[in-house]
Amino acid sequence: MDLSKSIEMASATHTGMVRAHNEDSIGTEAAIGLAVLADGMGGYNAGEVASGIAVALITKETRDTVLRIPPYEVDAETGELTATKILRNVIAKANASIYQAANSQPQYAGMGTTLVVALLCDNHVTVAHIGDSRLYRMRDGKLQQLTRDHSLLQEQIDSGMISKEMARRSQNKNLVTRAVGIEPEVEADINTFEVTQGDTFLLCSDGLNDMVEDEDIHLTLGSLSANLPLAANQLVQMANDNGGRDNISVILIRVKRSFAAERGLLSRLKAWLR
Amino acid sequence: MAKLILSLDGMVIREYPLTKERTTLGRKPHNDIVIDNLAISGEHAMIMTILNDSFLEDLGSTNGTLVNGQPIKKHFLQNNDVVELGKYKLKYVTEAAVAQTSPADFEKTMVLRGPAGGSKAEQAKPEAATPAAKSFGDTVVNPEMMQTQGPGLREAARQAVAVGETAVPTPVGAAPSAAAPVVAPPAAPPIVQPLAAAAIVSTGTTTTSGATTTPSAGVHMQGTIQILSGPSAGKELPLSKPLTTLGKPGVQVAVIAKRPQGYFITHVEGASFPVVNGKQLDAQAHGLNDHDVIELAGVKMEFYLRPGS
Repeated sequence: MDLSKSIEMASATHTGMVRAHNEDSIGTEAAIGLAVLADGMGGYNAGEVASGIAVALITKETRDTVLRIPPYEVDAETGELTATKILRNVIAKANASIYQAANSQPQYAGMGTTLVVALLCDNHVTVAHIGDSRLYRMRDGKLQQLTRDHSLLQEQIDSGMISKEMARRSQNKNLVTRAVGIEPEVEADINTFEVTQGDTFLLCSDGLNDMVEDEDIHLTLGSLSANLPLAANQLVQMANDNGGRDNISVILIRVKRSFAAERGLLSRLKAWLR
Repeated sequence: MAKLILSLDGMVIREYPLTKERTTLGRKPHNDIVIDNLAISGEHAMIMTILNDSFLEDLGSTNGTLVNGQPIKKHFLQNNDVVELGKYKLKYVTEAAVAQTSPADFEKTMVLRGPAGGSKAEQAKPEAATPAAKSFGDTVVNPEMMQTQGPGLREAARQAVAVGETAVPTPVGAAPSAAAPVVAPPAAPPIVQPLAAAAIVSTGTTTTSGATTTPSAGVHMQGTIQILSGPSAGKELPLSKPLTTLGKPGVQVAVIAKRPQGYFITHVEGASFPVVNGKQLDAQAHGLNDHDVIELAGVKMEFYLRPGS
């Protein structure tokens, strides 16, 4: 079913004020409820190549798969949601593809990318992430980060070595402990959350959350929810006004109305007739 | 030449080059650096600059002077020291240091690989390990390494490559990853040691405040909206937040963004666009000037600037 009537998406990506290249890549497909954001790393333009492969491959593979297999179905044997399985498979493919390119072409050696993917379906969102790209949810005026960074800093926070306040000022922000394309295999954290009307989701690269305080992200999503493209541009602008030291990418998803899947034959027929 | 970057709540206000032998700081207007705030004493502190060295001295101020969170009487300023007077922060930056470490060098995202996984990968594809380690060497991992080791980093990377190559035949447990020696040092303790805390705080200020942005008059002045017509006529709305929305949701809404270069109004929602000084805006952000008259959702209001606190 086409989700573009139920959800709205807007995105923005910017090189920032310091870097020469934009190594971030983003992709959105409102019709199938898919948003992909990747922050590439590696010398020369290899970072762009890695994030570009990840976004292109995941977008294409997911689109092809969800048209064949409904992502809301649950595997009878494992009890696993199909959406989870789809994301795990497409991420494995992206990882293999980047790893292969990195190991076969010397100019791409060592390249990799972080990743955050959101797949919406049947009033749920399935989120997969690797590295320090994030997904936030704004619900009832409250902003909450739904992903946990795979970074040295997050590990230090978790182990109680440093406080969140100290973390904001840490110099080790840029060290991720997991990335796509670095090892032959990679494990994504995949979780599914319920979605309600009025929710706004934000996918972003660390160029946003390193430069803009959560409080200001919250303020932007709260005051500009009526104009999603403006909100996306405003977030990028704030990061740049604060120095824009990294590439900045944001994808916003707003849930305008419920999008329950039409499961029964009758409702599918109705949907088809409509 | 060294300079001081004045900021309040992470927002850069102004930069002051330390050109004079004696630079005074205080609330009274005759000071070289005037901070008009009641928490600041009339003659609060003084900085003596001799060649490349600067010394900070508190002149018996009421509320004291902190450097990197510690109260001081006299202090030999080091690059990236953060001087605090009340809520104001002054970051001390030396020109030489600015040139040595450009932020682009050390903020690139890097992956930290586990030694076991890394060496496995190398054993499988030893030829791939060399270029990988080299590319790690190209991007600097940590500013501390940059400062203390400087040019030695590339050397370290080269050594790491050598280690990686020779280590391939040794057992998995003993084989250090080519990447590990280069990437691991920043992971090491400095960040958690209390002694290093001050340094972390000081660089943190640049990260959040973006000390590189050019200061402008817009930040000194506090924008305010005064309603001119309708039931709320006479009411004032200080534009203290980064974003302030005006209008009626669902009918017509505009937002005023407070930016380092001033205040900007942008249309958010509604069929009609805001009117500024009798001229209708388009979808683009529009810079506001003192005494501009805005018409929005049938209400007239005036934007004006007043000296901020």
